[in-house]
Amino acid sequence: MRRFLSWGFLCAVLLGITLNVQAQTGPDTSDNDAALELLEALDVDSYRDKGEAITAILQSDDERARDWLQALLDGRLQRADDGQFVVVLDNSGREWPVADALTNEPLGEMSRRDLDRVGINNALRNQLRSAIAVVDLYSPNLDRRRISAERLLGEVDGELLEPINALILEEKDSQVRYRLSQAVAIYRAEQGEMAGIEALTGSLHPRARVALSRAANGDDTVAADAARAALASVEQNLKINRGVETLYFGLSLGSVLVLAAIGLAITFGVMGVINMAHGELMMLGAYTTWMMQQLLPGQPGLALILSIPAGFLVAALVGVAIERSVIQFLKGRPLETLLATFGISLILQQLVRTVISPLNRTVITPEWMSGSLIINDALSLTINRMVVLGFALVVFAGLMLIMRRTRLGLEVRAVTQNRAMARSMGIRATRVDILTFALGSGVAGLAGVALSQLTNVGPNLGQNYIIDSFMVVVFGGVGNLWGTLVAGLSLGVINQVLEPWAGAVLAKIIVLVFIILFIQKRPRGLFPQKGRAAEG
Amino acid sequence: MNLKKQALLGLSALALSVSFHASANDDPIKVGILHSLSGTMAISESTLKDTVEMLIQQQNEAGGLLGRQLEAVVVDPASNWPLFAERARELLAQYEVDVVFGNWTSVSRKAVLPVFEELNGLLFYPVQYEGEESSANVFYTGAAPNQQAIPAVEYLINEVGIERFALVGTDYVYPRTTNRILEAFLKDEHGVAGDDIMVNYTPFGHSDWQNIVSEIRRFGEEGKSTAVISTINGDANVPFYRELANQGIDAADIPVIAFSVGEQELSGIDTAPLVGHLAAWNYFMSVDTDDNYDFIDAWIEHTGNEEAVTNDPMEAHYIGFNMWAEAVRKAGTTDVGAVKDAIIGVSVPNLSGGYAAMMPNHHITKPVLIGEVQDNGQFDIVWQTPSTVAGDAWSDYLPGSRDLIADWRKPMECGNFNVVNGSCGGSTATEEAEAALAE
Amino acid sequence: MMSQLPSSQFWLTRPFGERATQVFLGVLFTALLVVTVLHVALPQGSPLHVNAYTVNLFGKYLSYALLAVAVDLVWGYLGILSLGHGAFFAIGGYAMGMYLMRQIGDRGTYGHPVLPDFMVFLNWESLPWYWQGFDMAWFAFAMVLLAPGMLALVFGFLAFRSRVTGVYLSIITQALTFALMLAFFRNEMGFGGNNGLTDFRELLGFNLRSNDTRLGLFLATGVALALGYILCRAIVTSKLGRVCVATRDAEARTRFIGYRVERFQLFVFVVSAMLAGLAGALYVPQVGIINPSEFSPLFSIEIVLWVALGGRATLYGAVIGAILVNYAKTIFTGVMPDAWLFALGAMFVLVTVLLPKGVAGLLRKRRRAVESDNAGTKEAIA
Repeated sequence: MRRFLSWGFLCAVLLGITLNVQAQTGPDTSDNDAALELLEALDVDSYRDKGEAITAILQSDDERARDWLQALLDGRLQRADDGQFVVVLDNSGREWPVADALTNEPLGEMSRRDLDRVGINNALRNQLRSAIAVVDLYSPNLDRRRISAERLLGEVDGELLEPINALILEEKDSQVRYRLSQAVAIYRAEQGEMAGIEALTGSLHPRARVALSRAANGDDTVAADAARAALASVEQNLKINRGVETLYFGLSLGSVLVLAAIGLAITFGVMGVINMAHGELMMLGAYTTWMMQQLLPGQPGLALILSIPAGFLVAALVGVAIERSVIQFLKGRPLETLLATFGISLILQQLVRTVISPLNRTVITPEWMSGSLIINDALSLTINRMVVLGFALVVFAGLMLIMRRTRLGLEVRAVTQNRAMARSMGIRATRVDILTFALGSGVAGLAGVALSQLTNVGPNLGQNYIIDSFMVVVFGGVGNLWGTLVAGLSLGVINQVLEPWAGAVLAKIIVLVFIILFIQKRPRGLFPQKGRAAEG
Repeated sequence: MNLKKQALLGLSALALSVSFHASANDDPIKVGILHSLSGTMAISESTLKDTVEMLIQQQNEAGGLLGRQLEAVVVDPASNWPLFAERARELLAQYEVDVVFGNWTSVSRKAVLPVFEELNGLLFYPVQYEGEESSANVFYTGAAPNQQAIPAVEYLINEVGIERFALVGTDYVYPRTTNRILEAFLKDEHGVAGDDIMVNYTPFGHSDWQNIVSEIRRFGEEGKSTAVISTINGDANVPFYRELANQGIDAADIPVIAFSVGEQELSGIDTAPLVGHLAAWNYFMSVDTDDNYDFIDAWIEHTGNEEAVTNDPMEAHYIGFNMWAEAVRKAGTTDVGAVKDAIIGVSVPNLSGGYAAMMPNHHITKPVLIGEVQDNGQFDIVWQTPSTVAGDAWSDYLPGSRDLIADWRKPMECGNFNVVNGSCGGSTATEEAEAALAE
Repeated sequence: MMSQLPSSQFWLTRPFGERATQVFLGVLFTALLVVTVLHVALPQGSPLHVNAYTVNLFGKYLSYALLAVAVDLVWGYLGILSLGHGAFFAIGGYAMGMYLMRQIGDRGTYGHPVLPDFMVFLNWESLPWYWQGFDMAWFAFAMVLLAPGMLALVFGFLAFRSRVTGVYLSIITQALTFALMLAFFRNEMGFGGNNGLTDFRELLGFNLRSNDTRLGLFLATGVALALGYILCRAIVTSKLGRVCVATRDAEARTRFIGYRVERFQLFVFVVSAMLAGLAGALYVPQVGIINPSEFSPLFSIEIVLWVALGGRATLYGAVIGAILVNYAKTIFTGVMPDAWLFALGAMFVLVTVLLPKGVAGLLRKRRRAVESDNAGTKEAIA
């Protein structure tokens, strides 16, 4: 999209910086009167005057300029009642710690009542962002340069060509160089220049495609044909990227379903216990994450990792409590178990509402889980979902190992298949029940930890997933972990493939109806259990 | 079933049971509060209950009304719509309250509306809604679409230079109506092409936004500056904003302007991905007036929670309550008929430094503010309408309601008066709508 | 389980010979009469006067009771734990709601002669086909029974034929009602979306905003409950009913004896769905709104709790349970709203763990204790 920039202004900035860089003159930081004057100019009503004041700050030699602009952009540059300019360091709560804008000295806390923000509007905001970006092009910091170069795509015009071409020659990083030359090519293509169109051929970047489609509608027929050909050449590539993206969305949704359902696959599938409070165990896992983040302020990533064992433990303990207090008395009465555990789910929900809060809780996404992994200009995969997908697979593999390779797994399978026989072989069936239920519940807690990164952490979290997770287990075939994995992933993909075509609501309904019909056709799911266990 | 006989019996019973109710002067004035305290809506509504209780307490400390004390009658409709109707009847028939402050969702208002009309009660409804309604018994202190949605879009077009709009909402009546109004407004008033408007609806509590966000991203990548107009409700917002941020869309690329995200909603989420996105309301907690600071201080004291936030519907109750109190003073009685007549034209201060007046169509005048989300969960006010805007019960941009007006003053006293054929009941508007559709 | 009954009698009149039915009907009609008299004959100021609000409330409870009877029929006697009966209830309610909407005619806010208000402002051009005919009372009332009946028939046919039973059936009934809830929330469906149907004016010419109509509806619901109860009783005491109980207790064995189990299941399931639909149709004009939240799985599970609390497989227990829980809900949400979910959840747990036979079981135990006491004294005297 186009940003509203004054090109004259940008050039002035560029020129000023170039001069600065060339002259290498150290600015006189002690000159606070001049600085105060610069800031005074910002505190006016007219946004036009403010824009000029920003330009003035940029063109000044003051090395605090970037910090001021950043503070102005963030709304943290404020003026106290006595006319002093301050930068708010932390604007949560009612009393804010502030620092002097000129000297950077902390000034203690000030009340909101005593401060007036130096206001800006969206036009100024964009102006500031672009200005900071252009300043950053000359920054020694490579990341800043890369972001700036990216931002310049589609923003270059005739007057900026020269300075940017000069930069390309000086730039050492190939990525920044490539972006800058693309930016130039976009400008050229929009002018209908063949050189630009050729340079953009094969590019998947949306800005490049916009430039090409503009050229394709231009007057010059030769250039227009070339642009059309360039656009057509990436068409196929784009389609593949779209397909991969949809598949990724589907797998990601599927992994959430698998996580939510896999604990259920153990308690319901293996033990035959219907646990309607499963969703609430997930909710407890999510709240554990929140709690950990409260305990470790400022370290959301560490807290998240620690929540994995903690969430497992909390949910497993609550699961054991449920098993001991209610479920053991309802052995062999699955429908009654369903009702009783539903009651427990209501109690747990209300407990969270009363003890913690009916409001959703804030769970922070750590830095390393934000953003996207950029595969190419048309395809990027969100990292948080990738982490969840990987986590789901790890949990699944872990469970498979436990069930197949450990003594516990062997005993669980034995008790499931023939309780009396297993007991007569010396297996303590009650202990196995408790451990199995703890395992299934703990996995629900893990699902909750993962969900805290994707959705709201609130009392209703579990309710939103319980029906879906039962559907996945039943669809996959009760008692079969592989079935749960395949069912979850495939339902996720089906849902995401249908969604653009049918809309989110209808896609969900279609999937539900599909499962209902499928169960009629194959009552035991995709992978029915065979042999004696199937008769239980 | 002999219903006729029942009817006769009932009539005689009515004759027997002539009300001897006469209020003694020292009886407290009963104020009904009809907000969900349990269930899914409790999150939003229970703070409104506390707000009204606080206002009542303040009024009592200031000597009450007409020399009488006020008494709150609180009932819990438990986020269940049929229960709303039942509780409304309980308030009016059983407790005989003089006025009711309540409701949040449109469906709950629709459920209680027949009860209020039948039993002639007074309801103050504090939430922004889709319009297309004006009842003799309801006062709408929240925003109609022309007091929120339309100014917000004008801001986007005129101040931000947006040319493409993605209208994304939860599938219920408020987003549907608002988006229809906006679509008509964009096409008719600003000549926006159909291709430049994208509409999408999702179910309540939708949590998987991957596809929709990537669609929005592609929609915004076609060379025109794009904005999202969000009428997404409640819980679905967090995953939506998170997905936007993760797919690399920030407020500078595609700003989202929301009509249902306020301070209260922000208090439960990680605001980092939202910073810079916009919201349109008639009040923000960050409004810089002394009245507002006093209100916030009183609220924090009332709740005993240092972190407590205030929001737009709370201000609406503040205005509604003061208007009602003013009207009672003016009428000298709490009688519903007298208060209804007296309240039209009443003007009380709002919290943003201006005045709110009750219009003849039972809507009020409000300023429209646009705020930008900050990392502290507050809004930075970046724009506001130069003067207040009067609420329009019937939208000018919908064929069915274009010719309708509401005026509850005598002699018109009609909620859907058709200005074309001059009758109350709006029967030709639809014929015209049909004709327009046939074209 | 069943006591021996004279088999010569006509199956529909057989229940009248049972003591439990006689007591139930006696209590029900006495209650109806008392409420009516207290409402009509006493002046409003009198402490014993039952006001219109309360009559309305009781009417709602009675329609819930009929719904509970329908659920008990399939759960108690057929062993099918339906977690989707709210769907049949809601569909019956929607059929009634559609009739009531059409009765508004051109008195809606936009004054459109045919289209309901929500269709006018969402720009529907004409009435969708499935709304046709609902202006006629006979058609609408037939649909109250037929629409849920048809859904139950199709769903049941598929499910019972492929022998989906037990927990699986419970889960897919839950999925059914969940899918329907999502569908009815969609505005494109033409049922008013989340707002549902509301602003009803009159039913068969009677003004729905008058207290007398309310009393009439209350009584009509009471009579419907009585009829539904007798019908269910008749079914369970008939030969068919005994096959049902046999199916519940040992499905495979019954099948091997030679009964076409799925036909019996299907018949009873459809009857139960129709009764639920009827309950919904009586509920809607009394509460004045029908919206998709009636489809929510939570509501359907709550119905099962009413039955479990009252006592499964007794029918009258279902009625007791429905009234008790809903009365408790009215009280609790009025007095201490936060505690309601705790109470409801605790009820689920305690009833299933400690009181598997419900209140009816307690009553019966008591009676048996008294009887054996009496027998003991008699013996002692002799």
